[in-house]
Amino acid sequence: MNVRAAITIFSKDIRSELRTRYALNALIMFVITTLSVILFAIGNESVSPEVLSGVLWIIIFFSTMSGLSRTFVSEEERGTVLTLQLVARPVEVYCGKLLFNLVLLFALNTFTVALYLIFVTSFSVSSYSIFITTLVLGTLGLASASTIIAAIISKANTKGTLYPVLSFPILLPLLLTVINATKMAADGAALSEAAGEFQVLASYLVVITAVSYLLFEHVWKD
Amino acid sequence: MDLFVSFERKMATKSIIGLWLTAVIVAAFAFPTVPNPASWHEFPIVPGLEEKARIIFFHVPMAWTTVLAFIVSMIYGIRYLAKKNMDDDLKSASSAGLGLIFCILATVTGSLWAKFSWGSFWNWDPRETSIFVLLLVYGAYFALRSALEVEEKRASLSAVYAIIAGATVPFFIFVIPRIISSLHPDPIVNSRGKIEMNGSMLTVFLCSLAGFTALYFWMFNLRIRAGRLENKQHSIGE
Repeated sequence: MNVRAAITIFSKDIRSELRTRYALNALIMFVITTLSVILFAIGNESVSPEVLSGVLWIIIFFSTMSGLSRTFVSEEERGTVLTLQLVARPVEVYCGKLLFNLVLLFALNTFTVALYLIFVTSFSVSSYSIFITTLVLGTLGLASASTIIAAIISKANTKGTLYPVLSFPILLPLLLTVINATKMAADGAALSEAAGEFQVLASYLVVITAVSYLLFEHVWKD
Repeated sequence: MDLFVSFERKMATKSIIGLWLTAVIVAAFAFPTVPNPASWHEFPIVPGLEEKARIIFFHVPMAWTTVLAFIVSMIYGIRYLAKKNMDDDLKSASSAGLGLIFCILATVTGSLWAKFSWGSFWNWDPRETSIFVLLLVYGAYFALRSALEVEEKRASLSAVYAIIAGATVPFFIFVIPRIISSLHPDPIVNSRGKIEMNGSMLTVFLCSLAGFTALYFWMFNLRIRAGRLENKQHSIGE
């Protein structure tokens, strides 16, 4: 694998994203609208931090589902797939796209979490070490799994609806674990108590990335 | 002549599976449960389950076949990716279709049993959650297949999806027990080591397991043959 080729694809995607700001603008608005709906729904009720840690990941899951398929779908829509297949090897394309999705999701999640902590006042984090580790590991796993599913659905007819349908069963072990770990962070558990959750998240990340790395060639090549 | 022999053999397989499963079903319902089983056709009373324990003869083989069908589907998916032979894709999809049927049956029988043992049809017990995820995976697999038109693309993408799903499903074994504790008989029964199936119960259970596995392979074979004929018909039509 040529690392430079992967980085070139990554920087091409970043440049095209910064020029059009298609994904970023839509995603920021998506997060703001979802958050405001939740705030309206909560109103003056007092909601337990346990429920709110689940709600945070619901926002993250659905914003991922609305934005991360973009990298592959836009290649299909603009008809640039064949060129990309000619100039780069599948592994390089995969690594470039994964890197782009990682950066996009990290930016998005930082934004989401910051807004969430500011506006949802009944949600407070007692153990920041657990919270940040969960966020980092969760974002890595989420980006990795949704990149390969995005590559699959970009070839299908009904791209938008199929994406969450295919991703949900794959992401469920990750989502259950991050929600549980976020509850622990809200409760102020010690870092060692969440070690089991971190092990699951780390091994999930390794397994998904390895499987995608091996299988991407079959998805990408026509 | 040759055709006739193979026809006879197929009839024989069908009748053997039919008779075998009939015997299993009769035994599963008709053998009485008694406090101290003495003769070969009596079941012991399982504390807390009593007559409801009979579900084991149907529910467990169905759940087993669901998993078996998924594994077979995944293996043929891997073979398709390695050899690009459309026949492997037919096998993979046929097995997944059967798996979906058995998955629905296992969910329904389990849910009925849960109503009478736990008081509600569905309460997100870990086992219920896992079978629900399997249902979702099967559903997503067929949603993906129907959204792809080019045959080769459909075959390779659905194989890839089956493999990814197969790689993540084992995580539930570690994840779910951390979140919810189970009331499902198997872990409870085994942890106490109290309830043991006696000889007759175990025999009927194993016979049922073998019968359902044979039923799966028979149906699998039937579907593959039907699929091949369908493909041939299409190619003649064109």
